[in-house]
Amino acid sequence: MLELSAQEVFETMLGSHLEAVSEPPPEEVLDVTAMVGLAGLLCGVLTIRCSSRAGARMASKMLGIDAEKAAAEIWDAMGEICNMVAGNFKNKISGLGDGCMLSVPTVITGGDYSCHSMGNATSLQVNFLFEEERIIVGIEIHS
Amino acid sequence: MNKVQVLIVDDSSVMRKIVERSLRQAGIEIEKVYEAGNGAEALVVMKDAKVDIILCDINMPVMDGLEFVKQLAGVENAKGVPVVMITTEGSEGHVVRALSAGAKGYLRKPFTADQVKEHILPVLAGKS
Repeated sequence: MLELSAQEVFETMLGSHLEAVSEPPPEEVLDVTAMVGLAGLLCGVLTIRCSSRAGARMASKMLGIDAEKAAAEIWDAMGEICNMVAGNFKNKISGLGDGCMLSVPTVITGGDYSCHSMGNATSLQVNFLFEEERIIVGIEIHS
Repeated sequence: MNKVQVLIVDDSSVMRKIVERSLRQAGIEIEKVYEAGNGAEALVVMKDAKVDIILCDINMPVMDGLEFVKQLAGVENAKGVPVVMITTEGSEGHVVRALSAGAKGYLRKPFTADQVKEHILPVLAGKS
């Protein structure tokens, strides 16, 4: 469901096919992370992680402009993509829509950090190939 | 259809640009686009602007889209101006609340240009 949620958003809004792959990208290239929180019947956080270059490519595809010109829009574009993937994921779970709220997106840049979750959490991660760039879409759900 | 003036309310500037592009792709001729990053900014814009339609996100900081639609009822310039919500919130409850608050249409993100055409054109036609 997470895989399909991401693929639908990329196909509709970016005109790009996301191919699920087994191999994750090397950690050192992942320097942009977009996050959207979920609260209510489903609590957790949905993240999209990628390189700045991949982020610029996403912004470029969304806006239909060159990747160089789109560099200034990376944060905004990735936040919005993450928001749409989270919303699309939530909307696919029957009966959840009204009982689960989304936060406004947060985007973190820089690679030298770790996320530590509080409480019991179950995580799921899907690695994708996007226009020759590798990205990770993940969700962490708290019980 | 005459050229229209539109207010696009979304906390994402990228999404505001995409909405504008989608309107043009849908064949809607635009005379002027006003933009606002949240409901409170949009209320300020509407004090002076005369628009034909408002396209509004729901989840935004400061003032969300549902509160904006409720408060819009008290703005003189907004009388008879239709609001279409464009949002990731796709539940039946959100749709009902948006329509109850006064919205005339509801479009879920992600959306295609065809869906924009399907949801926006009838609202604009109804206004005219």
